[in-house]
Amino acid sequence: MTLLLLLFIPLAGGITTFFLKGDKQVKSWSLLIALASLAVMGYNLYAWNELPKTYSVQWLPLLGSSFALKMDGTSALLSLLTGLSYPIIFIATLRNEYASVNRFYGLMLLAQAGILGVFLAADALVFYFFWELALIPVYFLCSQWGGEKRIAATFKFFIYTFLGSLFMLVGILYMYYQTPDLSFSLEAFYDLRLSAAQQSWLFWLLFAAFAIKMPVFPFHTWQPDAYEQSPTAVTMVLSALMVKMGLFAVLRWLLPIFPLANVQYAGIVIGLSIAGMIYASILAIQQDDLKRLIAYSSIAHIGLMSASLFIPNNSALQGAIIQFFCHGVNVLGMWIVVDLIEKQTGTRKMSELGGLAQKSPTLVILLVIVSLANIALPLTNAFIGEFLMFNGLFQYNVWIAAAGGIAIILSAVYTLRMIQSVFYGTTNGVTEKFINIAWNEAVGLSIIVVAIFMMGLYPEPVFRLTADSVTAILGFIK
Amino acid sequence: MNLILFSAIWGVGMMLGGLFIKNRSAAKNMALLGALLLTSGNLLELNGFAVFKSDFNGMLDYNRFGLLYLTVLSVALIFYFLLSGKEIEAVGKHPFEYFALLFFVMSGVGLVALFNNLLVLFLGIEIISIPLYILTGSDKRNLKSNEAALKYFLMGAFSTGIFLLGIAFLYGGSGSFRLQDLMLQQGDQYIVLLLIGVVLLLISLSFKVSAAPFHFWTPDVYDGAPTVFTSFMATIVKAAFFIGFLKVFSGAFSGLSENWRPSFTIIIVLTLLIGNITAVYQQSVKRMLAYSSIAQAGFMLFSVYASNDLAEQSLLLYAAAYCLSTIGLFAVLIKMNDYTFEGFNGLAKKEPLLAFVASVCVFSLAGIPLTAGFFAKFYVLSAAMKSGANLWLVIFAVIMAAVSVYYYFRIIAAMYFKEGGEQVLVTTPVYKWALMLVVVLILLLGVIPESALLNWLVLY
Repeated sequence: MTLLLLLFIPLAGGITTFFLKGDKQVKSWSLLIALASLAVMGYNLYAWNELPKTYSVQWLPLLGSSFALKMDGTSALLSLLTGLSYPIIFIATLRNEYASVNRFYGLMLLAQAGILGVFLAADALVFYFFWELALIPVYFLCSQWGGEKRIAATFKFFIYTFLGSLFMLVGILYMYYQTPDLSFSLEAFYDLRLSAAQQSWLFWLLFAAFAIKMPVFPFHTWQPDAYEQSPTAVTMVLSALMVKMGLFAVLRWLLPIFPLANVQYAGIVIGLSIAGMIYASILAIQQDDLKRLIAYSSIAHIGLMSASLFIPNNSALQGAIIQFFCHGVNVLGMWIVVDLIEKQTGTRKMSELGGLAQKSPTLVILLVIVSLANIALPLTNAFIGEFLMFNGLFQYNVWIAAAGGIAIILSAVYTLRMIQSVFYGTTNGVTEKFINIAWNEAVGLSIIVVAIFMMGLYPEPVFRLTADSVTAILGFIK
Repeated sequence: MNLILFSAIWGVGMMLGGLFIKNRSAAKNMALLGALLLTSGNLLELNGFAVFKSDFNGMLDYNRFGLLYLTVLSVALIFYFLLSGKEIEAVGKHPFEYFALLFFVMSGVGLVALFNNLLVLFLGIEIISIPLYILTGSDKRNLKSNEAALKYFLMGAFSTGIFLLGIAFLYGGSGSFRLQDLMLQQGDQYIVLLLIGVVLLLISLSFKVSAAPFHFWTPDVYDGAPTVFTSFMATIVKAAFFIGFLKVFSGAFSGLSENWRPSFTIIIVLTLLIGNITAVYQQSVKRMLAYSSIAQAGFMLFSVYASNDLAEQSLLLYAAAYCLSTIGLFAVLIKMNDYTFEGFNGLAKKEPLLAFVASVCVFSLAGIPLTAGFFAKFYVLSAAMKSGANLWLVIFAVIMAAVSVYYYFRIIAAMYFKEGGEQVLVTTPVYKWALMLVVVLILLLGVIPESALLNWLVLY
């Protein structure tokens, strides 16, 4: 029941937001909704030994589909990330002005419902529903409140992901007709014994959808444009939460169903992911726009996670799952900084910025912590995940691990270069008027910094939470 | 039978009414009453109460599928009258006659849905077509309308000829017009005659549902006809031809499916390809919708192709989803003065409700979940897959569905993300309520298609 509540709160909250008027009213109402859904998520975690929790109600009996939800350790972690991100996003962007603010916040909350649905769905048709539904509000958000080239960029994003999902739909339909009692349920799909030949092409139908969403090189071309053109609050949702949909889908809907195809194609996927990491890192070094830089850095991080998912050992999988959470938190911190710099100076170009350290020491301290987490320094949360993933990669293939290591070094290059050019040096006309960070942004960043250290120092709870999913996956693969 | 009877009588009544009633706007209300009468009569028959019980020596077959399909179409007719009644009156000098012709079309629709004999199917098709030729040309002073009517008439007459020839061959091969006697099998005597008949019927019915390569009349006729009648032709009439198509091919000729499926596959591929790709290049929304109706026909052809137990369900759902969404979108389009995509610019600011309804309709046509269009596409593809269709055909269809997003979403982009347009749209409260009702139905079919519609077909 609490699972249903988790979906219902943002859905109902989002719809009611459309009918509210007044900036203040809308913002406080949506913050309330976001906190309420975080509270429900907190309750779910508090009773975490009840996991995996399930909920199921009849939906389309003739077709063999029921509205089934299931929260295991990984989906609990990702739901928690969603629950946590929304209040942070709403607090950190509290002072942003939007035209027709009620629609903006309403759509944001609807997107939350869609994303949570993807993380919880335990029925292929329900999963497909939410997978698409999460996209619609984001389409409107980006196209209406985005930058100059927003319509074209969002459209590219939409068509890309829509085509991917349709391929997935064909795959789902095919598998549906292979189940003995014609059912869309997750268990029925897990019980399928598909031949190697069937698996080998079904794998690609589903993986196409997931790879576009993540995005894995070479399906990534929509991503930098979409991130750059979206309003920053939406970029946060896109990069912290929506890309996790693709990674999570691999974990729940791909690896357990196609064990043979995973072995067959793991090499290709890992190769693409690692190549994408290096490629994206090199591009990130050359960017001048902060948003594009973080967009490419995000592709690099996602590449490491998607490679690790396909390595059948405990360390890599565990690392990837933990990193789902950590990457979400860290990238959120980066976007908050970008947003407040852009708001105050009116530019995102590194070449035009400089000397902000003299103007805002608090901001620098917070940003440096977030950036160090972004390059996975020990004591920060990302270190745990990346260390485990590299450990797994190393066991899989030394050379691939070495290539991945290059990307990590490159990530230090662009992150530190960004800090240098934005915060140090002398102030100029653009940055002179910069005032210190506002309270709401400080609150948002502080929560993130606390999360970074907490997980960096004591990751044990997360290990315990996700251990079951990892064992389950490894059981399917072997 | 109720529907056939009532619509014929009401049509005559409206024609006479035109002579005696001087108040022009009475026409629309009278027609609405008629549509309600058709729907309730049909619902009564669905529950076993018919005014007239005869099946005319097996000429008609009152099966559940046909009656339910008619219910869907007559509900669509109610919405059509509610949303566009004003515009039908405004087409010309004789509002009562336009409505009368529409009712005559409906009685043809009834015959096509309930036929059990190829001659009745022929009659039904003709009863549908002849009033449509007139309605297409009803904008008398407009050359485009005249041209469209002539073109439609000539091409339609031609396809009718082919249809009759096909029936003749089938009669030659089997000695009967009845569907039961035409359950063709591979080893039948005179198989060559029968096959020629099947091919001829395939061509002429493809023409009627505007499947490529027999679609060339569609864009011109839909574009030239007064927009209200385009809306009618593209929805109710097209759906009606599809049930005829389904009953002949998926019913009677399913034993020969090995023979006709290869050519059918080509027709589907061409229809999807030409419909979608050409729609991308249109600048006028009305013309775009003409091509999109060809593209949508491509998906409906999958139900006929499948010829299994899902065929009826999928066509029923598709017809409901497609008719509702297209009538809704046309109802918004008719209010515009400018039919180009630019005409929709900034609509969301001035008329948020209209923009919202148009978006839901567009989502439904594109097949986005939560709308009826998603389950419609889902069921037709599912039916095709169940029948063992080539997987590439299905993948091709979904790629084309992604292409369709391109031109459908141009409307949304224009309405929501672009500025401009000083058009003033005249709307009434009834119109707005009807639009809201369309949205509710689309969402209902998109969330619970089984309880909302399909259970009525399967569970009884």
